[in-house]
Amino acid sequence: MAIGKIREGLYGVIAEFHDPQALLDATNAVREHGYTSIDAFSPFPIHGLAEAVGFHKSRLSAIVLGMGILGGLGGFFMCWYANVVSYPLNIGGKPYNSWPAWIPITFECTILLAAFGAVLGMLALNGLPMPYHPVFNVRRFDSASRDKFFLVIQARDPRFNLDEARALLKTLGPREVTDVPW
Amino acid sequence: MATKDEKPPLHELRPVTQEVRIPERFIPTPTIEPGHNFATITDHISTIVLRRKTPFGWLIGFLIALGGVGLLMATLALLVGKGVGIWGINHPVGWGMDIINFVWWIGIGHAGTLISAILLLLRQEWRTSINRFAEAMTLFAVASAGLYPAFHTGRPWYDFWLFPYPNTMTLWPQFRSPLMWDVFAVSTYATVSALFWYVGLIPDLATLRDRATNLWVKRAYGAFALGWRGSAKHWHRYEHAYLLLAGLSTPLVLSVHTIVSFDFAVAQLPGWHATFFPPYFVAGAVFAGFAMVLTLAIPARKFFRLEDFITMKHLENMGKVMLATGLIVAYAYAMEWYYGLYSGNVFETFMLKNRATGPYWKMYVALWVCNGLAPQMMWLKRCRTSTFWLFVTAMFVNVGMWLERFVIIPASLHRDFLVSSWGMYHGSKYDWSFFIGSIGLFFALLFLFVRFLPMISIFEMRTLVPEAQVHAEGEEH
Repeated sequence: MAIGKIREGLYGVIAEFHDPQALLDATNAVREHGYTSIDAFSPFPIHGLAEAVGFHKSRLSAIVLGMGILGGLGGFFMCWYANVVSYPLNIGGKPYNSWPAWIPITFECTILLAAFGAVLGMLALNGLPMPYHPVFNVRRFDSASRDKFFLVIQARDPRFNLDEARALLKTLGPREVTDVPW
Repeated sequence: MATKDEKPPLHELRPVTQEVRIPERFIPTPTIEPGHNFATITDHISTIVLRRKTPFGWLIGFLIALGGVGLLMATLALLVGKGVGIWGINHPVGWGMDIINFVWWIGIGHAGTLISAILLLLRQEWRTSINRFAEAMTLFAVASAGLYPAFHTGRPWYDFWLFPYPNTMTLWPQFRSPLMWDVFAVSTYATVSALFWYVGLIPDLATLRDRATNLWVKRAYGAFALGWRGSAKHWHRYEHAYLLLAGLSTPLVLSVHTIVSFDFAVAQLPGWHATFFPPYFVAGAVFAGFAMVLTLAIPARKFFRLEDFITMKHLENMGKVMLATGLIVAYAYAMEWYYGLYSGNVFETFMLKNRATGPYWKMYVALWVCNGLAPQMMWLKRCRTSTFWLFVTAMFVNVGMWLERFVIIPASLHRDFLVSSWGMYHGSKYDWSFFIGSIGLFFALLFLFVRFLPMISIFEMRTLVPEAQVHAEGEEH
C-alpha cells in the first residue's frame, strides 16, 4: 500500500532487536554517538526508552488541564445562563443563583472535556491517525507489534551517513539492519 | 534521637545462619502462568479473534442472545405504539422495573471502570488480564441501562429536550433537578468509558492489523488502529494519556452512582431521603459489578482456554472485593434501621416495618440472604478458589442487587404518607420482556466483542513477562 506516499529516497536505517534490554542499550549507544533524529519501536511501553530517544516533556498535562478548566467554566456558565438569565423560575422564593445545585453538572462537564483533551491531545501530539509511515515498508516491521524491537536512525539527522549508521547499528548486536525507503 | 540511631535495623537482628523458609501461603501467586513470552501471549489472544472458523458454541450463544434482542425490539415497538401504560407502573408507584433495571445495569458497569482506572492507579498488576473485558462489560451495561430512562420518558422521540440547546420554545432544562444531573452523569460516563476503552484498544488493533492475513480484515483493523506503530515517543504520551484518563475516570465513576443515588436521596420520601445513599450506592455498584465480571469471566476463561491469563489469583481477588463491598452494603442495610428508628419519625419507622413485614417482606428477606449471607462464603479460601462457589455467589449477588433496587424503589413508593394513596406494584409481562430483552442486548454485544476484539489487553500482558523488565544504564538491580 502506498497511499499518501509523497517522497522518494531514504528515510533511514533500521535495526531489529530481540529483547527490550538490547533495544534500550542500543538506543542509548546511538544517542551517545551524537545522533538526535532517532526513534525506537516496541510492542509495549518500555520504561526509559522515550528519554533515550531524546524525548523529554509532554505537553499533554497542560492540554488536559486547560480542557478541564474550560469544561468546568463552560458547564457552570451553561447552568447559570439557563436558570438565571434566560429562563429564571421562581421556586418558593429561593435564590436564582443556586450554585450548589449546579456542581454535579459542572463536575461532569469538567471530566468530559478533560477526557476528550487527553485522548484527542495524545493523538494530535502523536500525529495520529497516520495510515502511511516509511517504517511500514520494512518487511519484518509487522513483528514490532508482536515480539520484536526496532531502532531507526533517520536520514535527516545532521550527522547521518549511510555507511556509518549501518556500521554503528551492526555493532550493537541486532538481528538485522535494513534501509528504510520513504 | 541518638539512642535510636544506635539500635541496629530490625532485619540485622535476625540470625543470618538460619535457613529462611517462607511458608507457601506467603509466596505470591503469579498473575500470568510461567512459560509465556511476548510471542505466545500475542498469538494466543489474537488467534481467538483472527481464526477463520467461528466456534459452534459461540454461534449458539450469539443466536440465543439475538433472540433476546428480538424480544427487546418487539417490546419497544409495542411500548412506543401504546405508551408506558403497558408497564405495571401506576399511582403511587411511578418508578417501577424501568428504574430498577436502569440502576441495576448502571451499577454493574461500575466494576469495569473500577478495574481499569482505580486498580491502575493503585498499581494492582492483576487487573491487566481482566480490564479490557470489564470495560467492555461497562459499555454494554451502560447501553442497556440507557434504554430505560430514554423510554420511561414516555415519548422517547422528544428525549433530545433533555439536552440544552437554543430552541424556538425558549425553554431550558432545569439544571437544579437531580434527573438532569443524571443525564449529564450517565452520558459523560458512557462517553469517557468508550474513550478509555478505545484508547486501550489502539495498540492491540495494530497487532491485529499486523497479524491478519485477509486484506479486508487487515484494512478494517488498520483503520481503527490509526496507524499505530509503537514508537517510543508515542508510547510515552500514550501512557501519560492513559494515566490521566484513569485519574479522571476515578472521580467520575464515584460521581455517577452518587448522582444516581441523588435521584432518590434528594426526594423527601421515607426510604429514599437518606444522607448515606451515595457511599451505599457506590459500594453496591462495585459489589454488583464484580459479581457480573465473575459471572462472565468464569465461563469465558474456560471456553476460550484463558486459564493461563485469568488465573485463580484473579478470581480469588475478585471474590475478596465482592466480600468487602458486600460487607459495606450489609452495613448500609443495618444503618437504614438505625437511622429510621433513631429519627423517631413515624413515617420512617413505618417504612422500615413495612419493608420487613409488609406485602414485599419476601423480597426483603431474599435481599438479606443474597447480599448479606451468600457473600460470607468468600471468607473461606476453599470457596474463593473454586470456580463453582464463586459463580454461585456471583449469581446470588446479581439477583440480590436487583432485589435491593426493588426494595428501595417500589417498596418505598407504594405506601407513603397518606393511607388513602397506598397501592401495590407488580411488573407486567412487558416489564419482564423489556428486562430479558436488555439482558439479550448485553450478551449479544458481548458475544460480538469477544469474536471481533481481543478480550484481554495484549500489550499490557506483554509487560507482565519477566523479560519485559529493563534497567537503564548504571542502574543496579
